[in-house]
Amino acid sequence: MTIQLNGLQVELPESVRNVEDLLKHYQLEGRIVIIELNHEIADKSKYTELSIADGDKVEMIHFVGGG
Amino acid sequence: MLKIGDQLFQSRLLLGTGKYPSFEVQKEAVRVSEAEILTFAVRRMNIFEPTQPNFLEQLDLSKYKLLPNTAGAKTAEEAVRIAKLAKASGLCDMIKVEVIGCDKTLLPDPVETLKASEMLLEEGFIVLPYTSDDVVLAKRLENLGVHAIMPGASPIGSGKGIVNPLNLKFIIEQSSIPVIVDAGIGSPKDAAFAMELGADGVLLNTAVSGAKDPVKMALAMKMAVEAGRLGFEAGRIGEKEYAAASSPQEGMVTS
Repeated sequence: MTIQLNGLQVELPESVRNVEDLLKHYQLEGRIVIIELNHEIADKSKYTELSIADGDKVEMIHFVGGG
Repeated sequence: MLKIGDQLFQSRLLLGTGKYPSFEVQKEAVRVSEAEILTFAVRRMNIFEPTQPNFLEQLDLSKYKLLPNTAGAKTAEEAVRIAKLAKASGLCDMIKVEVIGCDKTLLPDPVETLKASEMLLEEGFIVLPYTSDDVVLAKRLENLGVHAIMPGASPIGSGKGIVNPLNLKFIIEQSSIPVIVDAGIGSPKDAAFAMELGADGVLLNTAVSGAKDPVKMALAMKMAVEAGRLGFEAGRIGEKEYAAASSPQEGMVTS
């Protein structure tokens, strides 16, 4: 499956089916990260219910140093 | 005590977290500054290095209040989107509204800032807009119900200090919400000056992170903010055109 992640085309293995899988795939479990799926902010409590499909647009957002 | 919304803070120094030479220096600078409010930016992760360390994750978040900014936004809608992403972290309810209207000066767009502030207030955020030092704009923002007003001293990262103390003084005098002087602070004297003018707080970043010794500068800024505040509360003497002797004029041994 191919999705657009942070503006880039990325290929994901078949095992990635939902937002939680996606975070696991990138080893981001327990990290401070905010997910936007097709322009909607993903509710943290629904990561397993929110499925990822071919062509989805995903944003992985975090906090960086800034003034 | 600084009161923003219904939250009380001991420290009147708000510190930015950008452009430090290392996490170690940054941690120490944050510690000695005794700042309780730290600003952050909201950005995409680098998906090629998603596991790289993150400064925020190295902080004891029970000790600090996060103030994410909407830097990168050029419209009210973009600012609202960034603010909502920040809030979705579950770590913050405050937002520094920063809508830049000019790439060269990084001065804020007053119209979009006003619009974004109104939209974010409706969404229930604690709203702290970064604005130019426009007196009427400050009043308009206050009338919307923002929780603090953050006029710039001079352009972001310029280190030029307070270029228009008169405007800042007018903003401070008319305001019934906290006024936090944000951006352009270069040295401790600028921070002390802002506080002597009656500001409720100072927000700075580059003045500390870009100093030769950021940790020492963080301490200097903490002391400058405290000294300026004490000076303001103590009430400075009036200025005179000519000298007024401090020693008694009577009983001179030379007469």
